[in-house]
This record gives sequence, C-alpha cells and structure tokens, in this order.
Amino acid sequence: MATDHEASARTPALSLTGAVKAFGPVIALADGTIEILPGEIHALVGENGAGKSTLVKILAGLHHPDAGDFRVDGEPIAFRSVADSKAAGISVIYQEPTLFPDLTVAENIFIGRQPRGRSGLISRAEMRAGARELFSRLGVPIDPDRSAEGLSIADQQIIEIAKAISLDAKVLVMDEPTAALSGVEVDRLFAVARSLRDRGAGILFISHRFDEVFALCDRITVMRDGRYVATLETSSVTVDEIVREMVGRDIDQLFPKEPAQIGDPVLTVRGLSRAGVFADIDLDVRAGEIVALAGLVGAGRTEVARAVFGIDRYDTGTVELNGRAYTAGDPQAAIDAGVGFVPEDRRKQGLVMDLSVGRNATLTLRSALARFGIISSARERRAAEKWTKTLQVKTGSQEYAVSTLSGGNQQKVVLAKWLATEPRLLIIDEPTRGIDVGTKAEVHRLISSLAARGIAILMISSELPEVLGMADRVLVMHEGRIAAEIDRADATPEAVMHAATASMEGSK
Amino acid sequence: MSENATKQATRTSETANVLADEPKGRTGASRVLLGRDAIMIYILLAFLVYASIALPRFASPVTVGFLLLDVIPVLLIAMPMTLVIITGEIDLSVASIAGLTSALMGVLWQAGLDMGTVLVISVLAGVVAGALNGFLVAVVGLPSLAVTIGTLALFRGLALVVIGDNAVANFPPALTGFFISKLGATGIPTVMIGVLVVMVFFGVLLHFTPFGRGLYALGYSKEAARFVGIHVNRSKFWLFVATGTVSALAGVYWTLRYSSARSDNASGLELTVIAAVLLGGVSVFGGKGSIPGVIAGVLLIGSINYALRLSRVSDVVLIIVTGSLLILSVITPSVISAIRRWNHDRRLRRHVPQAPASGSTSAVHQAH
Repeated sequence: MATDHEASARTPALSLTGAVKAFGPVIALADGTIEILPGEIHALVGENGAGKSTLVKILAGLHHPDAGDFRVDGEPIAFRSVADSKAAGISVIYQEPTLFPDLTVAENIFIGRQPRGRSGLISRAEMRAGARELFSRLGVPIDPDRSAEGLSIADQQIIEIAKAISLDAKVLVMDEPTAALSGVEVDRLFAVARSLRDRGAGILFISHRFDEVFALCDRITVMRDGRYVATLETSSVTVDEIVREMVGRDIDQLFPKEPAQIGDPVLTVRGLSRAGVFADIDLDVRAGEIVALAGLVGAGRTEVARAVFGIDRYDTGTVELNGRAYTAGDPQAAIDAGVGFVPEDRRKQGLVMDLSVGRNATLTLRSALARFGIISSARERRAAEKWTKTLQVKTGSQEYAVSTLSGGNQQKVVLAKWLATEPRLLIIDEPTRGIDVGTKAEVHRLISSLAARGIAILMISSELPEVLGMADRVLVMHEGRIAAEIDRADATPEAVMHAATASMEGSK
Repeated sequence: MSENATKQATRTSETANVLADEPKGRTGASRVLLGRDAIMIYILLAFLVYASIALPRFASPVTVGFLLLDVIPVLLIAMPMTLVIITGEIDLSVASIAGLTSALMGVLWQAGLDMGTVLVISVLAGVVAGALNGFLVAVVGLPSLAVTIGTLALFRGLALVVIGDNAVANFPPALTGFFISKLGATGIPTVMIGVLVVMVFFGVLLHFTPFGRGLYALGYSKEAARFVGIHVNRSKFWLFVATGTVSALAGVYWTLRYSSARSDNASGLELTVIAAVLLGGVSVFGGKGSIPGVIAGVLLIGSINYALRLSRVSDVVLIIVTGSLLILSVITPSVISAIRRWNHDRRLRRHVPQAPASGSTSAVHQAH
C-alpha cells in the first residue's frame, strides 16, 4: 500500500530492462524486465518455461545476458560471476539450499570469510556470536553450533537468509522458497521476509501459489514465453486477471488431433499413493484416448508416471492394465504387460546416447529378438530398420551414435523403440521438450495417429497449448493430487491454470 | 506449416549426414578391418613377427606351449572381467579368489578327500566369494572399487588362514601331467580346449544374447538402462558371481599346473588381467569393449612378457612394462577421440561455413 507514490520516487534497488538470453538457437529470455524497489516484496509469476529461472540466473550472475540494461542502485553493472552478484548485494535463496552438512550452522554462514582472531586463526567465538545475533534479529531459535546436517529445508533457508543479511544484501531473490515448506514454516518465512522489507531490503519472490503471492507481495510482474508482460499492484488486481496475463495467447492449430475411436479402459489406477509425493490418484486411460496430465513442475505428474511404469515403488493403490495387475517396481513387468514410457529427460533416461541408432531402437526388444537365447544380428537390423523407417527417423545409418541426431530425431528413436514393443499404453512425459518447431508438429501428428490406432496415451506436458490441442481429457495435478478433470470441450487455459495453482476464484 | 516442417526436417537430415559422416562414416568391411579389435590383432601379429625375427628361439612349438600355459589364468579371468568392466564396475579380488581356491585345494587334498570333491568345493568357494562381492556391490550398493580392494585383502588373508605357510605338492601326477600336456606336436596345451569353452561362452553371452545387449546399455547409462527394463543390480550381481567362479577355475589350473597349493599363488594377477582387458579396448568408463579385442590384448601382454623373459629381462622390468601398457591403453582412446574431434570440427567448419565458430554440434543441428 505504502509503496504507491513514494515508490516511484525511489531509485530501484535493482532494475533489469530488456534482457535477452539465448542458448544456441533457443531463446530462453527475449525480454527480461524487472524492477525491485528497496522496501518492497515483488512477485514474479509465469507458466513453466516463461523464463523466470533464466532471469533469476542472470540476477545471480550465473548467466550473462546477451543484451539489455542491468542496474543496481541506478548504476549500470555487468556480472561476470556469482561472486560479482554477491558483492553487488544480491543474494539468491534457492528452493533447496546447499549447505555443507559437516560444518556447523555458524561455519556455514561465515564460510569463506570467517572472522579471525589475533593469532590469525579462525575465531569460533566471534563466529558464534555473529550467528546468534543474526538469528535473534530474524527471531528464529537455531543453535549456531549444531551441524547443518539434518536441518529442515525451512531452517536451511533461514540460514541462507542469515548469510545474506550478514553480507548486507540489498536484494534477496527467493526462488520458489515455499515449495517444500509446511504451513507454519511458510508463516515464519513470511514474517522474516516482511521484517527484512521493513528494514529496506528489496525482495523478489517467485512462486506458483497465488494465495502466497497475494498475501505477501506488494507488486507482481508477469512473464510469458520469455517476455515481460506487465507489472501490477497487488492491491488493484485479481487472481483472474493475473492468470489471464500468464496464459494470454491464442491456441493455434499447431496440433492436428485426429478423431479416434475411444474404447475400453486400458490403464486403471485406483488410490495410488506414495508418502510425500502423490496421494489418492484415480486415473483411467481408454484405448484410443489421449489423456493429458497437466500441472506445475513438482506437482507429482512425472512421479505418478514413474510409479505406473515401475521405476519407483508406490505405497498403496492398484495399477491394472486391461484389468490385470502387474508387478510393481519392475519396469520389465510393466513392459511385458504392454506399457511403454517415453521419459522426460531424453538424454539421460530415454536413450543411451553413445549407442547406435539401431541398438537404441531395439533395446526394448532384447528378448523378443532372441531365438533360443541368441540374438541374430540380421533380425536385429531388420527390426531397427522397420521401426526407424516407420517413424521416419532421419539418420545416415543405423550405426551412427544416436547422439549425432537432432533432438526431434532422437525423440523419434525413443518413440520407435517403444512402438516396437507394440504397447497398449504409451506414457509420454514432455513429448516435445527441446524439439524444434517443425519436428514438434510431426511428433504431435505421430502421437495422434498412435491414438487413432487404438493405443491408450497418457501424456504429461507443461505446455498448455500442447495439452489443450492434443488431449481428449485433461487431468490437472496440484501438490500430489488430482485437482480437476476437464473434458476437451471445457478445457481452456484459464481452467487448467486455475486448477494447477489451486486458486478457486475462476473455477466456477 | 507442414511444408515448412518438411523442409526443415530435410535440412536437418542433410546437416546430420555431414556431421555423422564423422567419425563413424565407415561401412561394412572397412569397419571390421579398421575397428579397434582388428587394430589390436594387427598389433599382436606385428609383435609376433618382430619377436620371431629378433629372437631366434621365439618361433617354435615350445614357445606356443609355454606362452599359452603362462597366459591361461589371465585369459580365463579376463573373460568375465571384460563384462564387469563394460558395466562400469571392476573386480580387484580375482587373484585373491584364485589364491584362496588354491589354498583350499591343498588343505582338502591333504585331508584325504577324493579329487572330485576337492574340485567341487574349491570352485564353490569361488562362487561364494563372487556372490559376496556381488551382494556388497549390487544389493548394498557400495562402489565395486572399494568393495573388491577390501575382499582382495580379505580373501588373501583367508587363504593364509586356511593353509598357513605350508605348500601342498603331492597332487596325483596323472592329473598334473594332464594340465601340462600338449595336443600332439602343435605345442598347444590340452587345457586350452576348456579355456576355449569359457572364451566362447562369454563371447556369445556378451555379443549375442539379450543379457549382453543390456550390459552395454547399462555401462553407458544405468538410468536409461532401467527405463528399458534392464535389471541393473541383478545383472551386476551375476557378473561378480561369474568372476568369482572363473577365478576359482584359474586357481585350480594354477595349483595343478605347478603342482603346488600355496596361499600366495596368483598374487598380483589382477593387475595383469585388468591391463590386458583395457589394452584389449575395453573402456574403464564402461560401455565399450569386445571379447575378441580382449583376447588379443591378453595374448599381446603375454607375448611381450614371454619375449622379454627370453631376452633375460628381469621380472621387475616386466612389472614396469605391464604398468606402462595399462596407462597407455587408457590414454590412447582419449588421444584418438581428441584427434577425431579436431578433425570433425574442421570438417564441420568447411561444410557449414555460416555456422558460428563456437557453435556446438547440437546448435548447428537446430539452426539449419
């Protein structure tokens, strides 16, 4: 409230205008703009992939912007390293801080700049006193002498904040600090943040939770597709308006969804739970149906998929394929039952990058290719050729290492190796991540034609247009639970975003 | 839109062709003739020719006999070791398992058991020893380097407990005679038939079975292997059981060939085995390697050692040579790939002149 008019007169503690950051041909940030005043808490919101993390990394000195104006206290500045950023008074508190577990709390705070006594040795007493004073200022009782090992994430964040204060940080960047905190811990963190603001620090608060953003922040900056959209006063906007700014774009007809005959349920999941990860998941995918699992990063979508495929175990619940249960925690059992899984990290999970295209394409077929336990190279080659041709993988030879292919072609190899198993259910986690636009449409067309052939498809995607364009049904997850089920006809960007952020205003 | 997409895809493929031509652009016959295995075999042949000319007594059936007799324990253990190293693990306890087996044989024979029982128990001891390694690595999840350094000391210690400083030498002459007998005038030891069976077994297992396909995948990426249903830990467990078992066979061979059961039999052999495996083209980082290459590596190390001994070079120098070959075999692939990368970059710049000089491979893929 108090920020309105005096604010504009003050020099911003930090301002970034029109920052651009590209990684090769991929532009992660096209217009990074933010202005943080001393004595304000400023929220940064946007969908997954809106460019928030890139912007934070620029502030932290991890990335160097290709263009743009960057000022601290009105002075132009360019960071060459994280140390430069720290020296300029910017401290970044990450979601999960990385303290040294074997050192004490006080040692962690003063790491690299320990106070020295007359002898030139580190003065433990001084360090302890310093830490104690910081904690009393923050109003939190943490023993400076205990080791950092075993501290809760909330306490670790407080220690990072204490470290920031001891460094005289003018700007504190908190990157989704509440994601792993309980209600009481969130309240304590907010109390600390407010007291820092009242002492004149500028705070950038990044969160997906609108209730927190509205409870804590003075202003909100919205980003979309790597660009700055708007900065709004919290007191004069509603959640609906913010959501509209976040998703405000047309869903173009990039995704040609073929009509498919929807048949009997293939995958039936009931009451699937894993402590602290997801709970009470009920889920059906029918033959020929594309079901999208939407939600924010960290909502538990991938974890559910991994449990269904047997990479991870689950505590309770049932998973059945065509009415039959299969052994939990064993991917081979899932594969035998007819499940294929295209994982989100193609380079680490989807492919063995150093193996050849052919070997990768037939890796799921190991036993099927063997006769009396012996694999025939001819059969292996024929299978590899058949499936890579079916998917039109562009490679000079089956012998080339799969790492020599483009991202889109690599993804086609992953799809090829699963199609080769003739699955009844295909789980696809982020089908088009890191794929150029042309191949993207090709992958979508492919998924759609698989559904048309009667394969049940469970698709996890963080891209709203992809979800809305492809899915017959959208299940939205929020904090480990299914928050909403939306039919294709009712699926709008607003409806999905509201369910994903669990903000009630716009849902009815 | 779709027209654009096709165009882009075609261009991507053209670039991919240019890029992929290197370094794996060879096809068919030339790949077999220029592969790493083939190069090892050429080096081995070149060395044999050189030694035959330079050392008058080298080219004879006697050489063949002694060389092979000397090399058999290494050849045996190198087979399962190849598979273990391809999965990115290592087993340093192999020589100690051989020593323990030898000690057991001596004591059991001394105690009056019949030879059949002695052999069964001794080999079973190797199975158990390997299973212990496998349990600690695959089930408990400890690093194999640490585990097998521990069991290297443990099994050797046990051997000493079993037989002490004694040596048992009174094995039946018929049996020990068989172990040094030759196949007619060829000079090839009769036991080579058994060794050949082991070589074929592991060669087929690695190169022609679903299990072997899985080992390469998990050697490169355990995570990606899990995502195609490969049982990573189960595979590793059985590989350690295999090295234990084959090490026990090597221990049996050692005991009967020299007709001497001692606690220090085969000590230090793990160094030679690992040197030979790495020299044979298996990558210490996992994922790469083949049985034919390893066989050539073992024979090369064996021939070099034998030739040096013929020229009356002392054992100390032999160890230095083995160590140097080990280091050389680890360095060479890195040097070769550095040269290839340099060549590749140069060719890339020529083919795609508009690409930025600093552009990485993937950047170029997407940009064009």
